[in-house]
Amino acid sequence: MGTDMGTTPTGRAHQPPPSPDAGVVAWARKHLFSSPFNTLATFAGLWIAWYLASAIVDWAVLRAVFTGEDGRACSKPGTGACWPFIAHKLDLFIYGRYPESEMWRVDLMFVLTAIGLAGVTIPDLPGRRWQVVYTFLILPVVGYVLLSGGVLGLPLVETERWGGLLVTLVVAIVGIVASFPIAILLALARRSDLPVVRWTAIGFIELVRGVPLITMLFMASVMLPLFLPSGVTVDKLMRALIGVAVFSGAYLAEVIRGGLQAIPRGQYEAADALGLTYWQKMRLIVLPQALTLVIPGIVNSSIALFKDTSLVLIIGLFDLLGIVQQSIASDAKWFSPSTPMTGYVFAGAIFWAFCFGMSRYSQALERRLSKGQRR
Amino acid sequence: MIPSLKAVVVTAAAAMLATPTAAFSQGTLQKVRDRGQLVCGVNTGIAGFSAPDDKGNWTGLDVDFCRSVAAAVLKDAGKVKFVPLTAKERFTALQSGEIDLLSRNTTWTMSRDTSAGMTFTGVLYYDGQGFMVKKDLKVAAAKELSGASVCVQTGTTTELNVADYFRRNGLDYKPVVFEKLPETIAAYNAGRCDVFTSDVSQLYGVRLTLGNSEEHVVLPDVISKEPLGPAVRQGDAQWANIVRWVLFAMINAEEAGISSKNVDQMLESTNPDILRLLGKEGEFGKGIGLDNDWALQALKQVGNYGEMFERNVGQGSRLKIGRGLNALWTEGGLQYAPPIR
Repeated sequence: MGTDMGTTPTGRAHQPPPSPDAGVVAWARKHLFSSPFNTLATFAGLWIAWYLASAIVDWAVLRAVFTGEDGRACSKPGTGACWPFIAHKLDLFIYGRYPESEMWRVDLMFVLTAIGLAGVTIPDLPGRRWQVVYTFLILPVVGYVLLSGGVLGLPLVETERWGGLLVTLVVAIVGIVASFPIAILLALARRSDLPVVRWTAIGFIELVRGVPLITMLFMASVMLPLFLPSGVTVDKLMRALIGVAVFSGAYLAEVIRGGLQAIPRGQYEAADALGLTYWQKMRLIVLPQALTLVIPGIVNSSIALFKDTSLVLIIGLFDLLGIVQQSIASDAKWFSPSTPMTGYVFAGAIFWAFCFGMSRYSQALERRLSKGQRR
Repeated sequence: MIPSLKAVVVTAAAAMLATPTAAFSQGTLQKVRDRGQLVCGVNTGIAGFSAPDDKGNWTGLDVDFCRSVAAAVLKDAGKVKFVPLTAKERFTALQSGEIDLLSRNTTWTMSRDTSAGMTFTGVLYYDGQGFMVKKDLKVAAAKELSGASVCVQTGTTTELNVADYFRRNGLDYKPVVFEKLPETIAAYNAGRCDVFTSDVSQLYGVRLTLGNSEEHVVLPDVISKEPLGPAVRQGDAQWANIVRWVLFAMINAEEAGISSKNVDQMLESTNPDILRLLGKEGEFGKGIGLDNDWALQALKQVGNYGEMFERNVGQGSRLKIGRGLNALWTEGGLQYAPPIR
């Protein structure tokens, strides 16, 4: 018989016995209990996990209060989570002070945004160009009209009434989307051969990066009104959006510059040799490679920006955390020993869900885009 | 409870005002009428004074005062836009014209009233620093607190006031200081000290967040002066008069027994004080640039001072703050309004 084992029934007799590495028990033996120390570590880990899980269940379910009309229901000593607080305030936490009769506009906007993001993020859908146009050109305009109103028979809803998750998402999405083109332009400008362009970009980036976001927001909300002529006011949310986009753009520019520098010189020269113009070279050859390289950095910036949205609280805008905090600290109706913890856990869980989603998406994107480079 | 930062901000704001940014060609009253809306600066969130309810509507004593002014000026208590302001933003917001009225538990002090570019128009709430103790200490007054350990936030006037008070009265005490308010409350809750001190209006709210609020009691003593009141931009006497007299009308109405419930019957009264207040006699509304039913509208839609107080911080709320200094002068308090005549 041939050397080709396993191709004929008689060949099977020569196969080695099944690997002792197969099966759950063997896996556990190899990975969890391979030495006395590892065994100890495994049991310690299990104990910690059990301890945390039971503490959470105890707090969130067993000792929790599920019904009630105000803080009195949660005031008994030893009470766990105060869920009626969240239930009664849920609209406030999601929409802020947006008028109840107009909340459908926010819901619609959430749906439209979800469709846009799904279109951009799910690979291999047809009509890619239209999805990009929809998400980056049509959606912002529709969103502005829908949320602000004042035209097409939609009642005007001033941004002062926006709040909660709505503000968090508006600031985060506008910040992330608007900072991206700013960042690409700044990164290219910083590597430009034209000295004026280069020095302007360097000056801008270093100035913005050298100042904390809190300072920029504070300047925009406290100092700006003093410099404007009396009676002229720029919308508070708009001030925050511009501040956040510029700030995040400067940070992102440095991330992207890292990617540009990692592209071998030969790629630039090859593009030049093909006779491509500067913009063709960047769009077709350099940026696709550079941006793929820095996906972890970009997502890192985006997650940081998402969490930084809470800083708008200091200029009197109420993002999700801000409005939860406001309710905890000032609504006497819900004062109880268990209210603060419940509110913070709720806000934390929502922030975590969004950031974790972004992080998972970036990992999927990296795997997809780096197929050609995988070794 | 005034962190020293406040002083810095006030000084800075005053310095900025030296440049003539506050040159308003048009009176605030006219601007409010043209806009059809009163823009009122309130606290971003403080129990009993300004807080959004479950539906997101602003509630509170400061908030209700804004509504009274809107009712008096625009005949509709709903025509108010509330602008939540942080402590740092509040003065610039008033000076830049972003808001017409600052009703944000702001302490009336000399420097603010004179050099910070604003005019205070009265005292909506007499606050002051007080003490909360555990009931089982069996303490009835602050003078009995000799030897007690006091949880206090460091770097605030609260801390200085306590030191002054105990020294003045020749009492011993042990300060237990913390950087932040939540830490201070947690320490008191955990029994690390016998006494917690802060502004009285805050003590009642803090009490509700403690493990068992029934075991704690707020002492009647008040050891500092924190008169909280509404303020307007300096230099607009007509607008200042309106805001001042809306507050006086609220207080006078309570004294005369006029409330939102009986205001219509009171129009039939024969008491000249009541008739003048409600605009049936005299031209008092005209004198401040309003219609004669200015106070009537405010009373009907928002209520008198006592109603506002009880609803937001008193027995109608969970805070259950007693009237104390904020009772009418006829009942041993400080709320006293000049007569309308």
